[in-house]
Amino acid sequence: MKKCSKFHLFFLLITGLFSKAGGDQEIVIGSKKFTESVILGEILTQVSQFAGFSAIHKQELGGTQILWNALLAGEIDMYPDYTGTLMRETLSELRLKNESELRQVLLSQGIGMTEPLGFNNTYAMGIKKATWQRLNINKISDLQNYPELTFGFSNEFMNRSDGWPGLKKYYQLPQQKVRGLDHDLAYRGLESGDIQLTDLYSTDAEIEYYDLKILADDRGYFPAYHSVILYRNDLKSRAPGLLKIIKKIEGQILASAMIALNAQVKIEQNTEKSTAGRFLSSTLNMNVALVEQSMVSALIKHTQEHLILSGISLSGAIVISIPLGILAVRRKRLGQFILGITGIIQTIPSLALLVFMIPFLGIGAAPAIAALFLYSLLPIVRNTYTGLHDIPLEILESADAMGLPRNTRLRLIEIPLASRSILAGIKTSAVINIGTATLGALIGAGGFGQPILTGIRLDNISLILQGAIPAAVLAIFVQGIFESLDKVIVPKGLQIKSENSF
Amino acid sequence: MFQLQNISKQFNGTPAIDSIDLSITPGQTSVLIGPSGCGKSTLLRLMIGLIWQDAGQVLFDGEEVKQSKLLNLRKQIGYVIQEGGLFPHVTIRKNITLMADYLKWDSGKIKSRLLELLDLAQFSDRRLDDFPLQISGGQRQRVSLMRALMLDPDVLLLDEPLGALDPMVRSKLQSDLKQIFQSLGKTVIMVTHDMGEAAFFGDIIILMREGRVIQQGTMLDFIESPGEPFVTDFINAQRSPLDTIGGGSN
Ligand SMILES: Nc1ncnc2c1ncn2[C@@H]1O[C@H](COP(=O)(O)OP(=O)(O)OP(=O)(O)O)[C@@H](O)[C@H]1O
Ligand SMILES: [Mg+2]
Repeated sequence: MKKCSKFHLFFLLITGLFSKAGGDQEIVIGSKKFTESVILGEILTQVSQFAGFSAIHKQELGGTQILWNALLAGEIDMYPDYTGTLMRETLSELRLKNESELRQVLLSQGIGMTEPLGFNNTYAMGIKKATWQRLNINKISDLQNYPELTFGFSNEFMNRSDGWPGLKKYYQLPQQKVRGLDHDLAYRGLESGDIQLTDLYSTDAEIEYYDLKILADDRGYFPAYHSVILYRNDLKSRAPGLLKIIKKIEGQILASAMIALNAQVKIEQNTEKSTAGRFLSSTLNMNVALVEQSMVSALIKHTQEHLILSGISLSGAIVISIPLGILAVRRKRLGQFILGITGIIQTIPSLALLVFMIPFLGIGAAPAIAALFLYSLLPIVRNTYTGLHDIPLEILESADAMGLPRNTRLRLIEIPLASRSILAGIKTSAVINIGTATLGALIGAGGFGQPILTGIRLDNISLILQGAIPAAVLAIFVQGIFESLDKVIVPKGLQIKSENSF
Repeated sequence: MFQLQNISKQFNGTPAIDSIDLSITPGQTSVLIGPSGCGKSTLLRLMIGLIWQDAGQVLFDGEEVKQSKLLNLRKQIGYVIQEGGLFPHVTIRKNITLMADYLKWDSGKIKSRLLELLDLAQFSDRRLDDFPLQISGGQRQRVSLMRALMLDPDVLLLDEPLGALDPMVRSKLQSDLKQIFQSLGKTVIMVTHDMGEAAFFGDIIILMREGRVIQQGTMLDFIESPGEPFVTDFINAQRSPLDTIGGGSN
């Protein structure tokens, strides 16, 4: 199932120590980092539990690519996706023409796809119900008769060729008053009557909240984004009976239901867990005992996860970087190479690095630790190099002339003299590391990034702060530790120097 | 002791040492003197293997100085570097005893050797636990000397051990040092700019110019039979203050 390497085993061991030991057949469900996906992931999790399996939900993973790769790698067993996304993004180079072709391709990769769950989450045109009743507009083609209407579209929709420009041409729409604006402003504009129509997704919670009517795409301009569940086909043997129960939700979630579910979370601020639970119990009569996490236990869990991410990656970076820095000073050519490589690593966007690692390390703590480790190298390598390189020649010569062997010179003279610079490098690395570790949540590594991610998704400041504040406090705390370590580790003779030079 | 045979050394294509032949007599103090940049420090560095000659051979006790024998050779030589080269991160005491500690001398022996040196260099034991940056330039030079003498080496290479000191301190240290060299019967190779200092210490004076040895001999030889006009010029350039009322350097 997983590509094993010693490195990987090591991380598995470490992460295994801290994660609650799951049963031998734990079902892992993934979801994307927007609310609808998280609700669907939660539904899948609870259905699996209802079916008698132990299931965990890795929620808010960074994006389609991460989930898709994680599914292929066997890191997750199923996740909700959309047919349009699969055909136009994930597998776009295959130019699939219909859903049965898609099913074929998936099958060849060991992936199964359920029948549509019942809703199509695509671009949609929304107007106020009042306007709809007044003007009797039901479908997009009806808009041809009302050239005086003002449209307000999200900037993305305004500019995408398959957005407004395409739509205008396809339906030959006459409207001239069209402007790009922020989504939130568009809803407010509808309320105030400044605009009469906006783009949205057909299951947005706001549809219900703002009392909007979705116009039928009567000539079929927008592609279908049918909600489906992707699963690994090996589940049939690994979890007999599970798929049969999962398939019970096929066709059960209509657009109106999904809009209501989204609204319960986004607008009424219910948890995804309770929202999914109520839906399953009322629609499918599946009742699962739910345990919600308290704020304190969530904080403890996130702290634990964050400390593991940063602690292991930083320790590893220290152990590797200092020798690399030493090597860089001793071998000039190799040194330039080492500094170059660690510098280049620093410029790789973090999400790209994380995605790149999934095939080797899966999702969760291991790839996050590996990425953080790589990002932590440069400051320590560079400061070790500079610290050693800047030692005055006469000091090295007098050490040599005494007859000190090379390694003893390093230990007794060079390292102590470079200690302040090395420590400063470690300090920088630590602070960067703790900050960057919040991105670990994107690949299911948890940590303080988790509440931040959820908070951004739900537009919930207090949730964002529940992650941001502890992360900042941790960074300041760690910096403080290193500052006091400075006084212990940097030789006293060198501390005099800095006192004098001020 | 040291024998240099036809040694040449270039830096970036510019010769710093140009085919020098030199033989150092054991038990004597040889003084290297010459204008700034003539290659005095380079010569000392070559002797102790900090840099390697492009051509020629360095012999120590008749054996060629090689990388493999360097650590042993260096334990028999005390070297005081021009800039002092004290380790700023450790105390004066540790600076002096570092090598003995590394060689695992027993602490009694280290302590008694240290006391001897303090006495010899007239350095106060109250400053032993200070750091190099907390003591004066003259004190630092004494510490460098004590460090070079710690292992009681047969040979001392001293690169301007008394550079940039005020005349009073310098004169006092000069007497102390001469005392040390004579009483211990060391082979000393000392670099200086100062003709007076050369005359004071040197059993043999070696005058260099642009990477070559111009003349080698006693002070008397230099005055009575200068090898070329430069020798006389160099000696005369070093005026005593009494020569010129109201001006002049050195
Ligand atoms: N590492 C080096 N790289 C390049 N050039 C060097 C190096 N060391 C010495 N030189 C050059 O070699 C020549 C001799 O230098 P050296 O230090 O031996 O002079 P010196 O006689 O000791 O002078 P001073 O009395 O000023 O100390 C000088 O021209 C110097 O610039
Ligand atoms: Mg010199």
